[in-house]
Amino acid sequence: MDTFIQQIINGLVLGSIYALVALGYTMVYGILGLINFAHGEVVMIGALTALTVIKLLANSGLPGVVVVLLGLLAAIPACMALGFTIERVAYRPLRHAPRLAPLITAIGVSIVLQQLAMIFWGRSYHAFPPILPTTGRDIGGAHIMDLQIVIVLLAAAIMAGLMLLINKTRLGRAMRATAENPQIAGLMGVNINTIISATFLIGSALAAVAGVMVSANYSIAHYHMGFILGLKAFTAAVLGGIGNLPGAMLGGVLLGLIESLGAGYVGDLTGGFLGSHYQDVFAFFVLILVLVFRPSGLMGEKVSERA
Amino acid sequence: MRFPAKTLGLAVASVIFAFGCGKEAPPPPPPKAEAPAAPPPKPSVTVKIGHVAPLTGPQAHLGKDNENGARLAIEEANAKKMEIGGAMVTFDLLGEDDQADPKQGTTVAQKLIDAKVNGVIGHLNSGTTIPASKLYADAGIPQISPSATNPKYTQQGFKTAYRVMANDEQQGKVLGGYATQQLAAKNIAIVDDRTAYGQGVADEFEKAAVAGGAKIVAREFTNDKATDFAAILTKIKSKKPDLVMYGGMDAQAGPMAQQLKKLGIKAKMIFADGGCTTEFHKLAGDAAEGHYCSLPGVPLEKMPGGTAFKEKYAKRFNVDIQLYAPYSYDAANVMIDAMKRANSVEPAKVLAELPKTAFDGVTAKITFDEKGDVKDGAITLYQAKGGKWDPLETIGGAAPAQPAAMDGMAGMGGMAPMGGMSSMGGTAGMGGMSISPPPAAAAPVEKK
Amino acid sequence: MKTDKRKALLGMVLIGVALAVLPFLVGQGLGNSWVRVLDFALLYVMLALGLNIVVGFAGLLDLGYIAFYAVGAYLYALLASPHFGIHWPAWAILPLGAMVAAFFGILLGAPVLRLRGDYLAIVTLGFGEIIRIFINNLNAPVNITNGPQGISQIDPVRILNTPLSKPLDIFGLGVPSVYLYYYLFLLLALLVVFVSIRLEDSRIGRAWVAIREDEIAAKACGIDTRNVKLLAFAMGATFGGIAGGLFAAFQEFVSPESFGLMESIMVLCMVVLGGMGHIPGVILGGLLLAILPEALRHGAVPMQQAAFGKVLLDPESLRMLLFGLALIAVMLYRPAGLWPEARRKRELARPSPQPPSRGRG
Repeated sequence: MDTFIQQIINGLVLGSIYALVALGYTMVYGILGLINFAHGEVVMIGALTALTVIKLLANSGLPGVVVVLLGLLAAIPACMALGFTIERVAYRPLRHAPRLAPLITAIGVSIVLQQLAMIFWGRSYHAFPPILPTTGRDIGGAHIMDLQIVIVLLAAAIMAGLMLLINKTRLGRAMRATAENPQIAGLMGVNINTIISATFLIGSALAAVAGVMVSANYSIAHYHMGFILGLKAFTAAVLGGIGNLPGAMLGGVLLGLIESLGAGYVGDLTGGFLGSHYQDVFAFFVLILVLVFRPSGLMGEKVSERA
Repeated sequence: MRFPAKTLGLAVASVIFAFGCGKEAPPPPPPKAEAPAAPPPKPSVTVKIGHVAPLTGPQAHLGKDNENGARLAIEEANAKKMEIGGAMVTFDLLGEDDQADPKQGTTVAQKLIDAKVNGVIGHLNSGTTIPASKLYADAGIPQISPSATNPKYTQQGFKTAYRVMANDEQQGKVLGGYATQQLAAKNIAIVDDRTAYGQGVADEFEKAAVAGGAKIVAREFTNDKATDFAAILTKIKSKKPDLVMYGGMDAQAGPMAQQLKKLGIKAKMIFADGGCTTEFHKLAGDAAEGHYCSLPGVPLEKMPGGTAFKEKYAKRFNVDIQLYAPYSYDAANVMIDAMKRANSVEPAKVLAELPKTAFDGVTAKITFDEKGDVKDGAITLYQAKGGKWDPLETIGGAAPAQPAAMDGMAGMGGMAPMGGMSSMGGTAGMGGMSISPPPAAAAPVEKK
Repeated sequence: MKTDKRKALLGMVLIGVALAVLPFLVGQGLGNSWVRVLDFALLYVMLALGLNIVVGFAGLLDLGYIAFYAVGAYLYALLASPHFGIHWPAWAILPLGAMVAAFFGILLGAPVLRLRGDYLAIVTLGFGEIIRIFINNLNAPVNITNGPQGISQIDPVRILNTPLSKPLDIFGLGVPSVYLYYYLFLLLALLVVFVSIRLEDSRIGRAWVAIREDEIAAKACGIDTRNVKLLAFAMGATFGGIAGGLFAAFQEFVSPESFGLMESIMVLCMVVLGGMGHIPGVILGGLLLAILPEALRHGAVPMQQAAFGKVLLDPESLRMLLFGLALIAVMLYRPAGLWPEARRKRELARPSPQPPSRGRG
C-alpha cells in the first residue's frame, strides 16, 4: 500500500512539472492557435540562466531559498525578453501565413536556441548545488520532499492565477477577445499586438519558473533538456484539451500518473512483457484512446470548433 | 504537355541544386602528398588521421572528450618530429561529428575515406561504429574505436576493426561476478537505459549474476534522456534488493543515485564505465557516496604516465577528462605506433602491424586478439568515496587465463545481445570466437 | 504544338543524361562522400513525396511519418539478414514492405479520422514513438527486432546476382557501390515522382485537395472522406516503406535510433520548406535539407578561416545553428515554401480575412 501511495505521489509531482510547462504552451495556443514548439527551449534557457546565478551565489552565505529566488528573478526577465523576441522575429510576420509555416520557424528557433545554449553553457551537464533543504514528510509510509510539495502547490496556484487573470481582468478580457476573433477584437479597440506580446511575456515567465523547478527537483540542467520536456508538456496540454488552462493542469497530472503507475504496475500485470520500457507507450496509448472518444481532449469543449 | 514540363522543372532544379551546392562547399583539400609510399627525397609528409564522435546532441561532451584525447596524442607525436619511411611526418587530425546517428556515421566515414585518411580513431558509439566499420573495411583503412563496446563490432570479420576497450560482455561479466562474490549480493535489481550499450552491459551482468547465485528481483528500464526515475525506483524499493545495477551513462546514473537516496533506498548502485566518471559525482552530489563502478584498464594513477596524462590534458584543453579521453589517446598512439613499426603510413602495411601491437598505453598494456578486441583487458572496480572514485581492485589484466577458458566459452555461447543470431555462426566473424581466449578478466572472479 | 513536344522530349533527354552522369561529376569533383549524400538525398526525396501526399495533398498533419520508414527498414532487415537466417531477394521484400507499411498507415489512419490539426499532429507523433519503442524493446520475451543492438549484416540489393555493395567492374572501370545505389535510388525516386504526379491529377488527388481546403464541403460534394483519407495515409506510408527497405539495404545495419522523432520533423520540414502540395517544390525541399547540413559540414571550417583567419566556432555547432537560422529565414521570406504551388501563391497574395488556423470546419 505504501508503494501505491508513493507511486501516486511520484505521478503527482511529475505531473505538476509537466503541468507547469504545459500551462505556458496552452496559454499561447489559446490566444494564437499556434504550437510554440520552442517553449521547451525557453524553459531550458530559464533553468540554465537561473543555475548560473545560483552557482555564483551558492557560497555567498545567503539562505538556499533566497539564492534560488534570486536565480528565478534573473531567469524570469531573461526568458521574458527571449519570448518577446521569438514572437516578434519568428511568429509575428507569419500570422497570416499557412498554418505550418510558424511550426517550422518554431522548430528552427528550437534548434538555434539549443545550439546557442551549447556554445554559451557548454556541452556538459550542470548540477544544481545542494543548497535547498532536503527535508520532507511521510504520508502513509510514502515520502515526499518539501520542494516537491512546493512544485505541486505552485502548479495549482499558477493555474488559478492565470484563470483569474484571464477571466477577471481587463487584460484577460482582451486576451479572450483576441482568441475569439483577432480582427473584430482589433476593431473593438484591442491592440492585438500588445495582447499577443503580453501572452508571450507571461508564458515565458512561466517557462522560467518551470525551468527552475525542474532543475531544482532533478538537480540537473543541460542544453538538451528542453526538447523532451516540451514534448511531454505538449502531450499533456493536448490530453487536457489544448488552449484550456485547467485542461493543461489535468492533462499534466494525468500524464504523470499514467507514467508512474504504468511503469510501476503494468509490468507485473502483463507478466513482465509490458514493463517500464513501455512507459511512453502507455502515455501515448491513453492519449490516443482519449482523443478517439473526445477528439478535442478531456476539457477542450470550446476549442473543438476551431482547429 | 503538363507532365514533361513538370519533370523538366524538377529535374533541372535537382541538377542545379546539386551543382550549386558543390560551389557552396569548397572541395576537400587536394590530397596532399599521397602519404603512402612517399618518395625518400621528399622532406615531409602529412598523415591524416580521422576522428569521429558525436559533437552535437546529448553526448556532445563525451564526443569532444574523445576528440581531445586523440588530439593530444597527435600533437605530442608532431612535437617529437617523427620520421617514418624516410620522411618527416606531420599528423593532422580530421575531427568529424556523427551526431550518434548511424546514417551520419556512414556519411562521415565516407568523407574521411575520400579525404584519404591513413587511419581512423572512432567512432564513440557502437551504433555508428558498426555500420561505418564496413566502409572502412572496404576501403582498407585501419579503425580503432576507443569506446564502442558492442561485441558485434569486432565479430563481423573485418581485418580493419580494432578497439582498445573491453567490450560489454567482458565488463558485464566482471561486474556480475564482483556483485555476487565480493559484494555478496543475493537480491539484485537491474535497470538499463535501452541503448545498445546499456542493454548490452545489463544483460551480461544479469547472466553473470544469476550464474553467481543471485536472484534478479526487478528488471526495470528507462531511457537515455530521462531525468525522473521515481516510478521505477519506487517499484524497486518494494522488492527490497541489496544492490541496484544500472546499465547506462552518468547523466542518468547521477540523478538516479540522488532519487535513490531521497526514496530511502539503502542498497548501493553498481554500473559500468558509462557512469564511472567525475560527472557522476557532480550530478549525484552527496548521494554519490558508496556506489560502485567499473572501468576497463588500470587506474590512471597506477599507470606509468597516467597522472602526467591527466595533467597534460587539463593544461591543454582547460577542462577535466570526462570519460574516454585516455582510451582515445591510447587508440591514437596505438595507430601511430603501428605506423612507426611498419615504417610506413600506408594503410595496408599499418594493418599488417596492428595485430602485433604491444603498446604501453595510459589505460593498460594494449595487445589485440584475433578479432581486434583488446586482449586480457584488465577491469578495475571503484567505489565512490568523498567525491572521488576510489580504486578497489583490478581484475584480470596481463595474467594468463588458464582454467577459466571453458567457463568463458560457455558464457559467450549464450550471449544475450546475440540472441537470435546463432545462425551468424557461419560467418567469418564468429569463427574467431572459438579460437580467441575468452575474457580473461573474468577469470579470478569465476575461480572463486 | 509539335515543336513543343520535341522541345520537351529534348529537355527530358538532357535531364536524363545529366542525372546519369551526375554521380561521376560529383564523385570526381567533390569526392564519393558527396555521392553518398546524394543517395541519402534521394531517399529523403522519396520520404518527402510520401509525406507530401498526407500533409501536402490531403492536409493531414503527420508528425510520426518516420514510423513507416522504420517498418520498411525493419521488414527488410528481418527478411534479408542472418538475424532469422532468412535471405529473401530485395525485389520480393520491397513491395512487401510497401504493403506492410500501407497496412500500418491504415492502422494509424482509422482511429484518428475524426481528429484535425494539432490533435492529429500529436496522435501521429505518439504513433511514431510507439512504433519506435516497440522496435527498441521487442528483443524480449521473444527476440524479434534484436532491440537496441540493431540488426547488422543485412544483405545488399542484388541485381542479376551482382550485389550493389561491391564496386562493379565495367570495362576495367570500377564503379563504386555508392554510384550503383545512386542509380537504383534514382530509378525508384523517379517512379515515386511519376506516381505522385499521376495521383495529383487523378480523381483521388482532387478529392484530397478538396478535403484539405474544406472537409465539410468535400463531404457534401459526395466524396467519401473516410476512405479517401485512409487512402492518403496508406499511399504516403507506401513510399515510406519502400524508402525504408532501401535504407536498410544501403546501410546494411538498422537500429532504432535512426527512426526518432527528429527524423519525422526533418521530413516535415522538407515538405513545408519546399512548398507543400507542390511536387517540384517538395523535391527541392528534400534535396536542400538533405544536402545543406553536409554542405555546412564541409564549408564551415574553411569559411571561418577565410573570414576570421581562425576557427571561432566549432563547425558542428555552426552547422546546426545555420541550419536552424535557415529554417527560420526561409519561412519568414517565403512562408508558402521555396517553390510553392501556383494556386497557393494566389491564396497568399491577398491576406485572408482571418488567420488560416481558425474558422474552418
